[in-house]
Amino acid sequence: MSEPILELRGINKSFGPVHVLHDIDLDVNPGEVTALVGDNGAGKSTLVKCIAGIHPTDSGEVLFAGEPVHIKGPRDAADLGIEVVYQDLALADNLDIVQNMFLGRERTKGGLLDESDMEQAARKTLASLSVRTVKSVRTQVSSLSGGQRQTVAIAKAVLWNSKVVLLDEPTAALGVAQTRQVLDLVRRLAEQGLGVVLISHNMNDVFEVADKIACLYLGRMAAVVSTKDVTHGQVVELITAGRSGDLGIARPEAATI
Amino acid sequence: MSTEEASKMTDTTETHEAEPAQQGAISDFGIDTTSRSAGEAIRDYWSSVRGGELGSLPALLGLIVLLIVFSSLSESFFTLGNLANLLQQGASITIIAMGLVFVLLLGEIDLSAGTASGVTASVMALDLINGGNLLGGMGDGVFYVFCGWLVLAVGLSLLMRLWTGAVLSGIALLIALLGVPANAWIGMLLAICVGASIGCITGYLVAKIGIPSFVVTLALFLVWSGVVLQFIGQGGTLGLRDDTIFQVANGNISTVGSWILCLLAVGGYAAVVLSRHYTRLRKGLVASPTALVLAKIGGLALLAAVATFALTQNRSPTNLVVISGVPYVVPLVLVLLVIGTFVLDRTSYGRHLYAVGGNKEAARRAGINVEKIRMSVFVIASSAAAIGAIVYSSKVGSVDPNAGGGNTLLMSVGAAVIGGTSLFGGKGRLRDAVIGGAVLAVIANGMGLLKQPSAVVFMVTGLVLLLAASVDALSRRRAATAAR
Repeated sequence: MSEPILELRGINKSFGPVHVLHDIDLDVNPGEVTALVGDNGAGKSTLVKCIAGIHPTDSGEVLFAGEPVHIKGPRDAADLGIEVVYQDLALADNLDIVQNMFLGRERTKGGLLDESDMEQAARKTLASLSVRTVKSVRTQVSSLSGGQRQTVAIAKAVLWNSKVVLLDEPTAALGVAQTRQVLDLVRRLAEQGLGVVLISHNMNDVFEVADKIACLYLGRMAAVVSTKDVTHGQVVELITAGRSGDLGIARPEAATI
Repeated sequence: MSTEEASKMTDTTETHEAEPAQQGAISDFGIDTTSRSAGEAIRDYWSSVRGGELGSLPALLGLIVLLIVFSSLSESFFTLGNLANLLQQGASITIIAMGLVFVLLLGEIDLSAGTASGVTASVMALDLINGGNLLGGMGDGVFYVFCGWLVLAVGLSLLMRLWTGAVLSGIALLIALLGVPANAWIGMLLAICVGASIGCITGYLVAKIGIPSFVVTLALFLVWSGVVLQFIGQGGTLGLRDDTIFQVANGNISTVGSWILCLLAVGGYAAVVLSRHYTRLRKGLVASPTALVLAKIGGLALLAAVATFALTQNRSPTNLVVISGVPYVVPLVLVLLVIGTFVLDRTSYGRHLYAVGGNKEAARRAGINVEKIRMSVFVIASSAAAIGAIVYSSKVGSVDPNAGGGNTLLMSVGAAVIGGTSLFGGKGRLRDAVIGGAVLAVIANGMGLLKQPSAVVFMVTGLVLLLAASVDALSRRRAATAAR
């Protein structure tokens, strides 16, 4: 594929004595869905938070579109075009869809909020993603279903012409039909040329939408493989043992701290 | 409700987007693209009320009921003199409540707003009585501590980049240090600035240090009661003889001025509402039916005209003096209400405030400076408390050691809650405070006219507050079950 949009080189992160991420390398290509898998505590969410600027990294380099960047806070990441859709949905219940989608980056005219402009833009974005379930963009988020909330959170990322979207377990709490909707949406994001990172526990989801799979094992990148080259079983082995045949960390014992 | 919306979704005849490719998708936002008739709009409003979105409706209904009850029980209640008096009595609580709405929106509480208002009033009184010489008025030690406090407030707000707080505290410091000759306006400015500095420190302790606001303000509630005593001296009273200060709560605008105010208020409201309405229509967004908008404006104009006409009549009980005109507190409350509502509804700051109140973590991830927002609401609340204190002292004509103590704060919180502000944060509007303040003022005034002992007044006020809280809780539950 083309040049990676986001490259991580040797990312390390510790919380006190706990070394959570060891020398993580990862490339995210535009137009591709990269699945990030790993067992609980493998460091997936921490890695996402490091990229999003919520946790500072201890060492390592982040390159965005080939340029080294320093992400110090959520705002820096957003300015670059990196959007994160969190597991626990960062939406304010008491605001409506438009207000949530523009939260923190309201459009203003003469110092005042430009509501009609924001409403149009929000509607256009939702339409471009073929979101069909929302009756009004002025609906309060508190009255939306789980799937609709997820959709809004993802659409928020698209609204900002983001280059990279990180999705932290977007289908974890959803029913069958809603999961279908969200996975379709994930695919459409990649088709629009975004680099998508999908964190998931669900192997079916991963094999359905991902172009490549990155396996974290105890804070190390065990392997980054192309989806079509591996089987379910191999990925599960990578997740649970850190290796599978030739793939993965050479001596898993060394990986334990 | 569901069938109504479903039918609306299917017969979306009007799609405003030009591109045919998007039409299929756009039509899914049925409500956004279908214009509604006035009848439909009213039905939608009714269904949202039944769904638990009550807003200030219960308080408004309660107010009307109270007005009818008291008018029928007491002959002197529904007289011009008493109604004007009512406005002046309720103003200080209402203003403090408006400030508290900002704090309550974040799900925080400011228990110290009452006694803090007492501190600002006593500083103002000391300044006026001593001709601007606060050093002389307070004594050396107290004065230096006071200045140290202001310096700390400036420093902390600079640290948090809360420029407004820094500027206001700085002004208070300058007035104190330079010993600016006393003047009613300077005195009032000083009170507001001291209020802001109090808010800076409360806000810093809550937002940055992370002490729960309940504890911080409970502690400061006690501190400020002590400070008021220190400033005034045990058993003493600071008299306010300045005419300008007296006029704040007791004066009236001239007849011509009253009508100009009425025109300005109605015209301003019409201009804002109509410009928004036509912008939405022009951009092809769904808007309330024009007839309904015009009816709203007409209704307000009628109400304002009747009120202005009534208040410009002579309402003096004797023939010796003529009392007429709209009391000054009316434009004061109106201006604060308009500015505050504007800030909450039309600026990014207001939007961020609601977001922090709704979901602090979401706001933080959206890049909002949550700490600064949390600090700022305490500055607003304390500054508003200072304005309330000015009005109250003006009404009473003096500042006593009990200023802002007693139930000032609880009445203010009560006013905000009765009006429909939620104590859980994220829900509430500024007009809630005004409506709630009016309810409390009517109860106090009406019960007084009925010659009820204060025992009964307190009990009734408490029960009304309890009723309001139950309505809030029940509507919240209803909204929770109606959702999804």
